[in-house]
Amino acid sequence: MSLESDFEPAGSLRKGAAPAERPPHITVRDLTMAFGDFVVMRDLNFVVRRGDIFAIMGGSGCGKSTLLKHLLGLIEPAKGEIFYDGFNFTKADPDAREQMLRRFGVLYQKGALWSSMTLAENVGLPLGEFTDLAPAQIRELACLKLAMVGLRGFEDYYPSDISGGMQKRAALARAMALDPEILFFDEPSAGLDPISSSLLDELILELRQSLGATIVIVTHELPSIFTVADNSIFLDTETRTAIAGGDPRELLAHSKHPTVRRFLTRGRETGETLHNG
Amino acid sequence: MARRLAAISESTASASLSRARDSSLLIELAGDWRLSGTVPSADAARREIASDPKPPKVILDGRMIGSWDSALLIFIESISEASRMRQVPVDLALLPAGVARLISLAEAVPERKGARAETRGVPLLERIGMGALSAWGSAQGFVTLIGALAIAFGKLIRGVARYRRVDLLQLIQECGANALGIVTLISFLVGVILAFMGAVQLQQFGASIYVADLVGIGIVREMGAMMTGIIMAGRTGAAFAAQLGTMKVTEEIDALTTMGISPVEFLVMPRFIALVLMMPLLCLYSDLMGIAGGAAVGATMLGIPLKLYYQETIAAVTLTQLFGGLFKATTYGALIALAGCVSGMQCGGSASAVGDATTRAVVSGIVLIVAACGLFAVIFNVLGI
Repeated sequence: MSLESDFEPAGSLRKGAAPAERPPHITVRDLTMAFGDFVVMRDLNFVVRRGDIFAIMGGSGCGKSTLLKHLLGLIEPAKGEIFYDGFNFTKADPDAREQMLRRFGVLYQKGALWSSMTLAENVGLPLGEFTDLAPAQIRELACLKLAMVGLRGFEDYYPSDISGGMQKRAALARAMALDPEILFFDEPSAGLDPISSSLLDELILELRQSLGATIVIVTHELPSIFTVADNSIFLDTETRTAIAGGDPRELLAHSKHPTVRRFLTRGRETGETLHNG
Repeated sequence: MARRLAAISESTASASLSRARDSSLLIELAGDWRLSGTVPSADAARREIASDPKPPKVILDGRMIGSWDSALLIFIESISEASRMRQVPVDLALLPAGVARLISLAEAVPERKGARAETRGVPLLERIGMGALSAWGSAQGFVTLIGALAIAFGKLIRGVARYRRVDLLQLIQECGANALGIVTLISFLVGVILAFMGAVQLQQFGASIYVADLVGIGIVREMGAMMTGIIMAGRTGAAFAAQLGTMKVTEEIDALTTMGISPVEFLVMPRFIALVLMMPLLCLYSDLMGIAGGAAVGATMLGIPLKLYYQETIAAVTLTQLFGGLFKATTYGALIALAGCVSGMQCGGSASAVGDATTRAVVSGIVLIVAACGLFAVIFNVLGI
């Protein structure tokens, strides 16, 4: 499993159980997100099924990353609940939450590698904290994870020594360190060139297949959305609610909502261009 | 018959207004419209549009325009805004091709309702209230952090706390050994200053030898701990706030939390331990340097033999005073570490927020030190130390 290996075309990954038959993994019920009196999004209801690649879509600043932080328990919801495998995460006590968090892997928008540690230490830290492996084994495993994202030989570099794209990949290696059940990606391709970004998409598909992980991606990159996502929710800034959901390709084919259409066709369909022709 | 209304001509750019037969307002633009040159004002045209009866149409004729940049856009935007208010259509067809496109681009997206920030002045009372609320907020943060830190120490005692020993050792070096230079300098100078101030008065009574008592007691009881505290607030408290604040901005703290590692255990606790361990040592060193400063003045300016100065100091300073000073220093260390870490953990998400956090860390650190110093003075007095 490396960036260079041959990947099966995306379509073949969609075989098997139809999304609706797989059990729900994440259930969000009546979630309202707010900062003080300012409501970001109200009454979100959606289900992410086990093994899904679920895209959270929407324009810039509509609250996609905020929704992700709610899913991770970094921000408390103003209203509503989030369930993982039917377990109420919102109402859980801190210890139970910590237990759940260990089953998550998160790739942050800016990578968020710990700047005072080398790449191997970054990947190794969760392994050292939550497993009984010997330091040498941890190091070996960290190097393996880094090699999986194409960073063989960079183990002893500090995050500031490598490029933004490499930081992203190293952060992905760290997110995968504990073989998580759910991987969250916050704008994975932000700041990456088209080639790195498509390699990342392939890596995401590969991860789902090899780890069987459920993957939640916050993104507004259309190529990514159409390549990897098999379910989605569309957040709208104007109405402050989710206005659509489902397979993005289905949405592109059948959605009637003008905002969704504009988004998925990059404004082409409604003739919305800079200079009006 | 076109009626000539006004002709404004400044340098090369010019705009002349006239009325067409159907009383449409015709604005003829000519010359080079550059931000670097002088550009005619749109006021005359705006007045004309606002006058009664309103013109049925505004025609902008830019066929005579040489070169142009945003200077032209501002002029045209100002006219179209005036026209929009009176619902007069504006004809942009005769303008250079790019201009009409740029103007329509600016007007394509209507202003979002509620997007404009309110710019009303905030009354004094409201400002006081906001200030009080934010102070209350940081006080809550302080108490919360103390609680979280207590839990972390509980885990440390049980041996299950998650932190890296390497980090702790490095922090100890940073806020201990690496601070020796500045502590030496400041403490020695404070000793010198105290000795000078005392000497001037004491010499009048022929009691120069008591400079040793003054410097010894002053430094050991108060100034050693106080000066070390203030140095460390500026040096290490600020560093803590900046480190944690930046980690907050880059989501490194979120990354710890979602990995199930408590940032308080992993980041705050080692910083707290390092500073609390190092402060008494630095204070002891500072005491020594301060007394050395006093001795230097005594030996060179007052002609007190070093041995005599030493004996006088030993006789004057009690162990109680020394331990009192060290105890204060330890407390100051705890306060500085808390102030720095609270500011860092409460930091917002931008570069300027890190700056604010650093400022807050130093200011609240120093305020806390001075307040604690006052409190100690009272308590020590009551206890008769």
